[in-house]
Amino acid sequence: MKTKLLFYANKFKVILRQNLSLTITTMTLVSLFIFAFVVPLFSNYDPRRWGTAPSDLPPSLAHPFGTNSLGQDIFWLLAYALRNSLISSLIASFVGLVIGIVLGVVAGYSGGLIEKIILFFVDTVIMLPSLPIIIIISSMLGTLDMVVLGLIIAFLTWGMPVRNIRSMVLSLREREFTYTALFSGSNFMKILLYEYLPHLVPWIFASFLGRILLAIGMEVTLGIFGLLSMREVTLGTVIYWANRYQAIFRGLWWWIGLPIVFIVILLISLYVFSTEINELMNPRKVQENV
Amino acid sequence: MHEVGKYVISRILIFCLEIIFALSLCFIILRLGPTDPIMEIIARITSMSEYIDPSSAEHLKETLSELFGLKGTLLDQYRNFIIRSLKGDFGPSYSVFPTPVIEIIQRALPWTVALLFWTTVVGWILGNIIGGIAGIFKEKGWAKLLAGFAISIYPVPYYILALLLVFLLAYIFQIFPLGGAGAKNITFSLDFFLKYVQHAFLPGVSLVLGSYGWWFISMRNISMNTRKEDYVLFAEAQGLSKRVIIFKYILRNSLLPQITGLAINLGGILNGALATEVLFEYPGMGYILYVAVTRADFNLMLGILVYSTLAVAAASLIIDLVYPFIDPRIRYK
Repeated sequence: MKTKLLFYANKFKVILRQNLSLTITTMTLVSLFIFAFVVPLFSNYDPRRWGTAPSDLPPSLAHPFGTNSLGQDIFWLLAYALRNSLISSLIASFVGLVIGIVLGVVAGYSGGLIEKIILFFVDTVIMLPSLPIIIIISSMLGTLDMVVLGLIIAFLTWGMPVRNIRSMVLSLREREFTYTALFSGSNFMKILLYEYLPHLVPWIFASFLGRILLAIGMEVTLGIFGLLSMREVTLGTVIYWANRYQAIFRGLWWWIGLPIVFIVILLISLYVFSTEINELMNPRKVQENV
Repeated sequence: MHEVGKYVISRILIFCLEIIFALSLCFIILRLGPTDPIMEIIARITSMSEYIDPSSAEHLKETLSELFGLKGTLLDQYRNFIIRSLKGDFGPSYSVFPTPVIEIIQRALPWTVALLFWTTVVGWILGNIIGGIAGIFKEKGWAKLLAGFAISIYPVPYYILALLLVFLLAYIFQIFPLGGAGAKNITFSLDFFLKYVQHAFLPGVSLVLGSYGWWFISMRNISMNTRKEDYVLFAEAQGLSKRVIIFKYILRNSLLPQITGLAINLGGILNGALATEVLFEYPGMGYILYVAVTRADFNLMLGILVYSTLAVAAASLIIDLVYPFIDPRIRYK
């Protein structure tokens, strides 16, 4: 009796702790998204323009995040930067994942020559050094729109999901329920939607978030080295300008520190959120809990 | 024919096809660009010196096209490009004009390998051993602490990690130099070695930390699952010592899938570490890529692209051929 009680108490504690970090990360992410997508609607001027605010002011009531040497208000600037970075990484993640899922399902289900051809392309794309290629493309195009950047990242990173989805479909195909469904007259699409998708969803979701991490990381690296269009503001380009004007050495900590804090908080909460969700939706775990 | 022979030959054939395909992609990407490198060079010459008359400009254009392999139809250019890439001849660099691209790459390559080889290996070993043990004892407090550390450094972009290190150890506590590699050429002397260690320490630590997070997290997951395998239970039932179970049963088997990752990363070394090398002004492949991009040096970019693609392809070929020897559960098919 006592051990059973202890067991349940422990389980409750575990779930509570899980939910605690889940609640914190969810709240952080929601507020970051509001900051990125709602706050810019209320700015009454274009914060990307130089000289719209007095320069080099530390954070105060009028400028909550301070201003930089270019005369930009960092509060509004970061809202725009976060929005742009999120847009490009959401596109990169979504498009790449859709390509990956479609090709992965086709490869896993069809087998034979089609599978071999798809895997050949996948292996080649995985081989390509993505960061150098993006840098070269962006230097050739001169200006790189956020949407275009997202698409380029997507087309260079769709390889891995194909492999993962394919191996999952391969193992699902051999399960008994596939045969049951086939013999009872279901067609491929039905099996895919009703039988396979529930098994794939946790992985797809976690991978979607993981790919956002990857894309933001790429965007930040490109931006910091001034390899993105300087007309757009992203988290990376804000740091680029701060470095360019020696913000660290001039003691303008808010200019370089705040974007870094934003990136770190955003990425860590995205990552923790994705692992927690994965844990919760894991079919094996769900069965255990039931 | 013998099964193994068949597998090896088909794998090598696929490897060749992959390389041709990857090179074609590189060609397409570089030719898609709206800039014409020859017009750029002529523009640079005319902006530096004074007037060039039309006939000599035409002549210059001709010579340059031949030099850079841009002569003839697109198909000719493509064939030329593939042959020249396989020979390792990428023509002269635009930015350091008469120097061949291959020479610049050969100068940068040893620096990159000297930095990235040991950091990749050390990061892999540390992450896997600590991650593996943390996965076995996942309920313990220290294991959770270690996991928390890894989870909070893994998602942080590498550059920011490195910037914080530089700020702490080179600016506030001035223990290490801000940048550079310590010497112009690699020599085998004690003096060079000491300077190298001093200069490579900070970029090295940042790289180890950057890769440590991922290895830790993935190895922790794998060893958590391996711990539940039947053969581990059987070993416990046999009464084997804890050390044997941890090292010979759990860690060793969990490590197998990680070996592929290590091989791919070692192949990726030739990419250089762009962020590290630019931040620390370390004269490796990443740094020359950065220079090539900022000066629109297409031949140099192409050379680096081809080299790094070849290296990754070769690494994955080698691992595919060697893996069955490491993991007895895998068979050639």
